[in-house]
Formats: sequence, structure tokens, C-alpha cells
Amino acid sequence: MERKVLFELPSLYRDNFRVTGLTFGSGKKSLCIVGNTRGNEYQQIYICSQIVRKLRELEAKGRLCPGHEIMVVPSANPYSMNIEKRFWPTDNTDINRMFPGYDLGETTQRIAGGVFQAITGYEYGIQFTSFYMPGDFVPHARIMDTGRDYVDKAEEFGLPYVVIRKARPYDTTTLNYNWQIWDTKAFSLYSATTERIDEESAESMVESVLSFMATEGMIQRRGHQGYRSQVIKDGDLVAVRPYVGGMFQSGIRINQRVLKGQELAWITDPYDGSVREKITSPVTGVVFFVHNRPLTYANTAVLKIVPGE
Amino acid sequence: MVKTIASAAMPVDETLEIKKARYSPQGRDGGKRISIVTGIHGDELEGQYVCYELARRIKERPECLTGTVDIYPAMNPLGIDSITRGIPAFDLDMNRIFPGSRDGAMTEYLAAEIIRDLMGSDLCVDIHASNIYLTELPQIRINELHEKELVPLAKLANVDFVWVHGASTVLESTLAFTLNSRGVPTLVVEMGVGMRITRSIGNQLVDGIFSLMRELDIWSGEISGLREPIVSSDPDEVLFLNASRSGIFIQEARHNTWLKKGESVGKVVDPLNGTVLEDVISPEDGLLFTIREYPVVDEGSLMARILRSGERQGD
Repeated sequence: MERKVLFELPSLYRDNFRVTGLTFGSGKKSLCIVGNTRGNEYQQIYICSQIVRKLRELEAKGRLCPGHEIMVVPSANPYSMNIEKRFWPTDNTDINRMFPGYDLGETTQRIAGGVFQAITGYEYGIQFTSFYMPGDFVPHARIMDTGRDYVDKAEEFGLPYVVIRKARPYDTTTLNYNWQIWDTKAFSLYSATTERIDEESAESMVESVLSFMATEGMIQRRGHQGYRSQVIKDGDLVAVRPYVGGMFQSGIRINQRVLKGQELAWITDPYDGSVREKITSPVTGVVFFVHNRPLTYANTAVLKIVPGE
Repeated sequence: MVKTIASAAMPVDETLEIKKARYSPQGRDGGKRISIVTGIHGDELEGQYVCYELARRIKERPECLTGTVDIYPAMNPLGIDSITRGIPAFDLDMNRIFPGSRDGAMTEYLAAEIIRDLMGSDLCVDIHASNIYLTELPQIRINELHEKELVPLAKLANVDFVWVHGASTVLESTLAFTLNSRGVPTLVVEMGVGMRITRSIGNQLVDGIFSLMRELDIWSGEISGLREPIVSSDPDEVLFLNASRSGIFIQEARHNTWLKKGESVGKVVDPLNGTVLEDVISPEDGLLFTIREYPVVDEGSLMARILRSGERQGD
């Protein structure tokens, strides 16, 4: 493994801001993996660290296939993580809304630009990212629909789902979108959690990435057949929204099969504990997303279900 | 008449309400309609004074009102109350969620209701106050896609500068883009600085809004002397001065002054070592229309914008 600083920015009173790449093998630029771009994406940096640990083991055993360069960038934003802030410390901008970046622009545009320059040219790109709504997800791969067709490659992760997302205007400045524009087949991988380390989900995600790498001939490894992925569009997910806000209580877990009409959650009154709303499942299917904060707002999705018998 | 245009129950004993005040001739709706919007970003407060002063002057001369004026002072009430730029709890920029969706999450629902209420306006003015980092000369920013319809209106708004900028996909999620695309001409004003009120420029814009109202036959009263703005639609005319080093920015030039090439705009200094890290100088003759207000800069932070010009205009 070779450690290299990909981008560096001096600060007045803090240590330099550094984005570091850990490279395995040499040859064709086969795969780049990026961890957190936000400061609260702890699960995302953790998964990268576990991938690096596994790759070092494989390297020591001589099981990295020759001719492939694999680079892992565990953190594109150590500064925000060190102060437990989601976005950029000084101006609260989101690095994952600054791609492809601009080397003469604002600070986070320069960071995005510097990082992007170092991570382009790879055949595949994996970003571990998070959704702006707080909640737990069924681990899945997402592809932004830019007209490029490589869904079959996403199935190689063996994750339960591959979600095709229709790009909205604000998506056009994300890493996933811009990687694709610059001809990298990009996947956003969503683990179960963001701010909390979930060992089981992290381990499963590491296995998925290693499985993908084995299928693509980058490493020699057996095991983990994973799931036969179901490909869905983000519009296929059925969002369940309460009519009222209040305290959110639910015993439902992600990946759980539910029946139409089944009680899934309750919105209770924060003062007297009475039930304001019983939330029942509008469809039969599998729970894909569950809100994970104590309070919820009215009309805001607290569950998402993949419909299907 | 004050009306709630959108509301949502909060989890604990509170209802979020977005309100507008309507002023019509003798209490009746009639004639054309102008909508004044502000507070999409909770840390931008210059529009608060504009809304107050506009209402005060209308109430002082109600006989001059010949159309409808709708004032929406707080599109993001939770943000204004908590000194938060975006929508608190969601950490979302409210000006990136339009047109919203009536079936969407609370934030999207509010955005959709706002658009629904603004539809039918003959003109909308969306007042912003830069951010906490930069002070801006009163200006109107126009997406090049809407240049033809909006520049003639912007010239009547008593601002110093009209900046026609390039189209960007990301900006399609703004309130102004949504309204302009749906046939409601919308002018985006940027002026002053975040978290502060500057009465002089507030009064300047209020004069401009009365001028627009007069143009639309909404106001029959007197209009005070208006300024002719500089209009720039050439991207090469605007120079961006970004910090080449992280440090503390000390202003030297005065905002809204014409600078000569080589004249000092400010310095980036290192207080620990007592050294100057960067002399910030004007690369061309031009108007200093944006200046850094918040002293701490990272490499890349914007310190100034200068409108390059061969000869002085609008002095």
C-alpha cells in the first residue's frame, strides 16, 4: 500500500487540511473508493478503513491481481469530522455539492476540484454517502440515471437492491454525477447508518465491495455470494408519511417484510403519550428506510417500502 | 390583512406558519399585484427593514395604492428565529428545494405552498442579503435565460448594478427560477450583508419598489429620484478576488468605490507571526461591488468582486 496526499490546503491556526489516498497495486486505474465527504459520515469512513484492512491482508498474501490500481480515499473531509460538523467548518458548504470543482473558486470548490482531479480516470468509482434525512437504510447501491447503462455491474455487489435515481438539478454537482460525466462508472453505496457505527452492516458492505472486486478480476477471493439484487427506480419506493408530527415510535426494522394494513409505527403526543396517529403499511413489501430520530415532522417520510408480494 | 399561506404542525406544541400581509385599495383586492419576498435564508435580514418600511409608507398614503401589494417577510421563520441560514433540523438550503411538492416532505410541501400563493403575481421581488461573509452593493441578479423580460424591470428598481449571469442547472431549484419559468417575472435582489440591517440601502430599495409599483399601476404617489444602474451581461467584466492564503482579511478599500489597477483592496495577515500573507490588489480599474466582511478566510474564500470598466459609469 502506498500512502499519498492527494490535496492539501494550509490553514491559519489548524494543521493543514489533507485528503489522503491509499493505493494498492499498479497498472490500469480500475477502482477508486471514496469515504466521507461530510463530517458526520462515520459509518462511511469506518467501512473504508475496513476495506483498507482487508486489502492489506490480501496484498500480504499476494492475492491482489496484477495490472490493477485500486485507490481508497477514506475521507475527503477530515476537518469537518474532527469538529463533528456535517458541512465545511467556515461557510457550512457541502463538498458533495461542489463537483467537479474549480481550482480558482471558493474553498470547497477548490477541495472538490483538487480531489476530483486525483480520482478521475478510474473505470469504477464507489462513494460511501448518506441521505440528508435521518434514518436507517437497507444497504443498497445507487446509480444516478445519466443515460449510461451499467446496472449489471451494480448487481455484482450482491446487495439486496440497486436503486436507479433520476437526477434532479441539485444532483448535478455531486461526485456520483460528475464521475459519470467523466466516464467513470459510479456507484453510491448506502450502508444502514451514518452517524452510528453498525458493525454488521459495515462488515456486509465490505464483503460486497470485495465481491465486486473479485468479480471484476481485481482480487483473488472466494466467498460471499450475497443477494441477487432487485433493481428498482427511486420512484418505485412507497413513502409512508404521517399526517401529524410528534414522537416517533416503531419496532419495525429495515429489511423486514410487512403486509398491507399492518401497523408499522405510532406518532405519539410528546406531552401525554397518547397516540396521535397509527401508521399502517399502504402496501405489502419490504421496509427499505426507517426514520431513526425521536421526533418527526408532519408529511415527512418516516418509512419507505419496496412494494412486492 | 395578514394571512397564513402555509402551515405545518411541529412535533412539540407549535405550528409553523408562513404569513403574508396584503395591502389593497380600501381593503379590496384589485388591479395588478406585486409580491415582496424575503427571509428564505434565515441569516439575511436586510429585507426585514424593507418589508417594514414598505408597509409603513403604504399605510401613510393608502389613497395612492391602486393595486395589491403582498409582503412575505419570513419564508423561513425557523431559520430567522434560530440565526440559521438553511432550514433548521434538515440543514437544507431552502432556495434549493423549489418548486417543492404538495405531497412531499414538510420542507417540500412548504415550498409548493409558497409557489402556489405567489402564482398570479404580476411581479415578484425576492430580497436577499448576501451572507455573513460578504457585503454587496444593492444589485439585481438575473439568469441569462430571463434577461430580455427582466432587465427592463430591473432598471426601474433603483439598484446600483444589474448582473446578468450564466445559467446553471443547480439554480433551477431556486424560487426565482421556478417563478420566472412559470410566467411570474421575479427579480432577485442582493444587498448589504447577513445578520445586519443597513437602513440607507433598505430605503434605496424601498424607493425602487415604489418605482416598480408605479410602473405596474399599483402606486399613484410620487417617486423620488432614481438611479440608473450599471448593467453587466459579459462574464469577463466581473473579476473575482479569492484568497490565495488562509489568514485574517483586513479591508483597506471602501466598498462601492472605483479602484485603479494596482490599488489596495486589503491584506490577508497572520496575527501569530505579525506578517502579511497576501496583498490584495485590484487587478484592473473597476467598481468594488462586493467586499469581504467576515475576517477569517480560507484559501479560496472570496474577498472581493470588481466590475471591470474602461470608464466610470453611474457615478
